[in-house]
Amino acid sequence: MISLQNISIKLGQFTLENVSLEIPESKYGVLMGSSGSGKTTIVESICGLKKIKSGKIILDGIDVTNFRPGDRHLGYVPQEGVLFSTMTVKEQIAFGPIVRGWKKPAAFERAEELADSLEIEHLLSRKPAGLSGGESQRVALARALASKPNLVCLDEPLSSLDEDSREKACSLIKKLHQQENFTVLHITHSASEAKLMGDHVFRISEGKLKGV
Amino acid sequence: MNNKKVSSDFPFYAAMWTAGGMYFALIIALLYADASYTSLDNIKEALNDKSIRASIWLTMQTCWITAVLSIIVAVPTGYILTRFKFPLKRFFDSIIDIPIVLPPLVIGLSLLILFNQVILFDKSIEEWCATILKFLRGILPNSPVFDLPTGITYKVPAIILAQFTVSCAFAIRTMRNTFESLDPRQENVALTLGCNKSKAFWKVVLPQASFGIMTAGILAWARALGEFGPILVFAGATRGKTEVLATTVFLEISIGNLEGAVAVSFLMVSAALIVLIMVRLLGSKKRIW
Repeated sequence: MISLQNISIKLGQFTLENVSLEIPESKYGVLMGSSGSGKTTIVESICGLKKIKSGKIILDGIDVTNFRPGDRHLGYVPQEGVLFSTMTVKEQIAFGPIVRGWKKPAAFERAEELADSLEIEHLLSRKPAGLSGGESQRVALARALASKPNLVCLDEPLSSLDEDSREKACSLIKKLHQQENFTVLHITHSASEAKLMGDHVFRISEGKLKGV
Repeated sequence: MNNKKVSSDFPFYAAMWTAGGMYFALIIALLYADASYTSLDNIKEALNDKSIRASIWLTMQTCWITAVLSIIVAVPTGYILTRFKFPLKRFFDSIIDIPIVLPPLVIGLSLLILFNQVILFDKSIEEWCATILKFLRGILPNSPVFDLPTGITYKVPAIILAQFTVSCAFAIRTMRNTFESLDPRQENVALTLGCNKSKAFWKVVLPQASFGIMTAGILAWARALGEFGPILVFAGATRGKTEVLATTVFLEISIGNLEGAVAVSFLMVSAALIVLIMVRLLGSKKRIW
């Protein structure tokens, strides 16, 4: 469950005031808004990468407002995937579990399992350079899910994909969501994507958040 | 309608190539002048000279130590200047560039004054260093590995310090460019995956900065090789003691041995050329230049 309770964020001239949002456990939430409306800022605040001025962030019933990003135990897929260029696909999927203390064989087994689900098993030994946009996004998604988080934040995961890749990525994300049963906050500016993916859809405009 | 024909690109290309070509020709002419003034025999003779061999050895030692020290300082400093916001950041950034723009002799003079005229608790920094080195000589085993000097000024440590003061500024600039070229969101992703800042730095940032680190080290090494002014003022030019290749050229000229000076210069040009080509190759591999 993701619950934002009256959070306010100030970044230079940009402010968001009293934003509240709730996505029940295992549900798929989509946050829509135009460019510069603060969607990414909200996601980064949930992940602990941006400090909030006031309010509370509750994840799975725990107030994580002052937790460090790693202690929130959520998966994060930033825009364009942002893969680690020196690691192979397998190494970066297994990176999170290894950092969290999994044994290497278990981490690599998990990497293979996710690669199989996301149809990227043929890329496991490759480095990110040369991967297509869709492949990079799938690797980033696998990396975010590898430690089995209960919550996943996807920041415009489909924006750089063409129509065919987007449809495929949507169905893969949906499949994984059903398989692994995590709660999702998916950011997009596409109404059709929101309609297709979301159980709960929110729209942010002029610093205010509304349920759609 | 009377449409004017697009004029030729030739004058544009000609102007560009002429300006660049003239400077390239000047450098090649300098190298040719050096090569024509020396011969293989002169170079062999220089290499057989005991003091020049000692100078080559000391140059290699001090340049490598300087390069390593520069990297140790440049990596964290470059990272701080790229990733952190703090008061007076622009002021600190400008201060770090001072060794790049200051005349080399002024750096040597400043080091000399700092070590010998600045008094801390009734002693100059030079006297404090001599006391510490004396204490260390007393507790360390008597072996060539721990053959510590008796002080800093006019001794080998002064060469390293003079080289380091200038080289490190170049290394910091290189590391800053390297870290600026890395997407900070990678560290953010690493933090969400369970890393703390330190682990994200060692596991994610540093491996990606490896080419930049090598480039910074090589540039620091090359800069140390060419350093002369601060070494002359702070370490002196005592034959066989504080003589590095740059001072060898000066000493050979001062005794009228131009052939010897050019032969040593040629050795330095060769070393610098190898190093600079390595930098370009690494740079092109990482595409940060």
